[in-house]
Amino acid sequence: MATHPDKHGRFGKFGGMYVPETLMPAMHELNHAYQKIKRDRQFQQELQACLKNFVGRPTPLYFAERLTKTLGGAKIYLKREDLCHTGAHKINNAVGQALLTRRMKKKRVIAETGAGQHGVAVATVAAMFGLEAEIYMGTDDMERQALNVFRMRLLGSKVTGVNAGSRTLKDAISEAMRDWTTNVGTTHYLLGSVLGAHPYPMMIRDFQAVIGKEARKQIVAQAGRLPHCLVACVGGGSNSMGLFYPFVNDKKVKMVGVEAGGHGIKSGKHAARFSGGKPGVLHGTMTYLLQDQDGQVNLTHSVSAGLDYPAVGPEHSFYHDTGRIQYTSISDKEALAAFDLLSQAEGIIPALESAHAVAEVVKIAPKMKKNEILLMNLSGRGDKDVQQIANMRGIPL
Amino acid sequence: MNNRIQQTFDDLHAKGEKALIPYIMAGDPSLAVTESLVLTLAEGGADLIELGVPFSDPIADGPVIQQAAERALQSGTTLKKILSTVRSLRTKTSVPIIFMTYYNSMLAMGLEKFCAEAVAAGVDGLIVPDLPPEESDELYETTMAAGGPVVTFLLAPTSTPERRKAVSRRTHGFIYYVSITGITGAQLTDLTLVKKNVQAIQRQSKKPVAVGFGISTPEQAHNVAQFADGVIVGSALVRTIAEQHKDPAMLSKIKTLTKKLKTALK
Repeated sequence: MATHPDKHGRFGKFGGMYVPETLMPAMHELNHAYQKIKRDRQFQQELQACLKNFVGRPTPLYFAERLTKTLGGAKIYLKREDLCHTGAHKINNAVGQALLTRRMKKKRVIAETGAGQHGVAVATVAAMFGLEAEIYMGTDDMERQALNVFRMRLLGSKVTGVNAGSRTLKDAISEAMRDWTTNVGTTHYLLGSVLGAHPYPMMIRDFQAVIGKEARKQIVAQAGRLPHCLVACVGGGSNSMGLFYPFVNDKKVKMVGVEAGGHGIKSGKHAARFSGGKPGVLHGTMTYLLQDQDGQVNLTHSVSAGLDYPAVGPEHSFYHDTGRIQYTSISDKEALAAFDLLSQAEGIIPALESAHAVAEVVKIAPKMKKNEILLMNLSGRGDKDVQQIANMRGIPL
Repeated sequence: MNNRIQQTFDDLHAKGEKALIPYIMAGDPSLAVTESLVLTLAEGGADLIELGVPFSDPIADGPVIQQAAERALQSGTTLKKILSTVRSLRTKTSVPIIFMTYYNSMLAMGLEKFCAEAVAAGVDGLIVPDLPPEESDELYETTMAAGGPVVTFLLAPTSTPERRKAVSRRTHGFIYYVSITGITGAQLTDLTLVKKNVQAIQRQSKKPVAVGFGISTPEQAHNVAQFADGVIVGSALVRTIAEQHKDPAMLSKIKTLTKKLKTALK
């Protein structure tokens, strides 16, 4: 299989660099800097040390015995990214890019956040590396993720509300891009998912690929063979690409990406790009995009702020079209049921994003043989969602 | 490809004049008003007119143009309807019209269909803020095959000499120089730097250079016209239209402002 992306940042017809001229020199500079650190042994050692001592890697691969018994099918293993420092896989990429920011001698980072997980990860690494940080967040998301807003401020970051458009993740990314366009000389845009213009989708995939590399070794050590199927949720698509990428050439390993089905595909209130979208350009990249017939970007809906985004990483679009990865969607309702199920069957409260992957496991595990292995990425923990769940159930805390 | 944009710059050059290029958002507050505004701007002395095509996620624009796009979308503006407006305008004016549009709006219509319809309607040029030369082959080839519209590329303060060369080779009509490292509507503060960069471009290219972003007053327009071949005024006009569109005297005020800007270029 050819290595992707090509030197123009293309995954087949997807990807590329669709950004204003003002940013183009910075994109090339970033690409150059990234290519350099990729081969720099000292950088890689620093990164490994950070991942081990600060993030807490490797994260365990956990055999979910009670869940397996409950579902009565395939053996279910959970890659425990929820046990990373700050509670989600987002920190893997944040640490990598913060180290890179230091190499590029920039003192300020900006970032977007939806659920607040990436924002918290950036605020955390900014504190650790002594960088100034400003996090953009849609005002609707600030409301539903108030705890994470407070957490970012505790860590010393500035959180700026974005009151434009749908007041969610897509508007936060637009505003961060505008900030970057204005302050590109001093600032690094620490993007949080495998989105945006080249080299971001490639770089972030590489930083997140630690998930799949560890999981591959761990499953071979624990079960003596590769899994039959991988499952992960797909918002922008960084936790899923991080898990899937190291298995891409293992032709027998099936991969399923789970998008947010919201109130159902027919309702139009969802974020399932592969069910209702078509290729287009948003935020610097060509990819599947939820849009109307005039190319205006649609408003999305998901109970999970981290999956509530109208586009998807371009590499996912590529693997969707080649058929290497299958994509499916899970509704709010199914995700919420899975949230309860995992909490009570295994004593692990998943993030609402990861609960979408759990719900897919609930659907497919019983149809698989008992000696088959299903490996799911538990991308984050659900502490941040507890308040929202209580509100939805009318329980005052 | 020779067309009205090139011709306009050539004619102005022969007269020793500089180009005034106002920008307005198509469909803000309605396409009927846009049609009147284009005629008013032309009568006021605009040499070329930039029509913004509203997009839901305009990453290169500041709040003034973002809000104009939101109003335009709310009024039901689509690329198709803007093309009809241009078709109707072409019975009344021959002022060169340039679309400022994000790439996705054209992609959604299909590049071939869009270019064919734009040529038929009488659209002269395109400025696509999120399409750098690296990604422009497909649009470039489609416009060449359709016989228009021509694509104008942008340069910025951050552009390297190599990029200046690449943009200069590929751009048609003129080079759009973004005067500030930032988004539309920001304040222009360092005129000396703008001059230095425009002159650097002029040393590398024979094509006209028009300066946009951050120019809002006749005085700023005058200062920029001392070294540039054209001046683009956007947010200042868009703001005036937004504030005064209910005032029956709005068109005459825009005409007065346009005249002042054109006079300032001399």
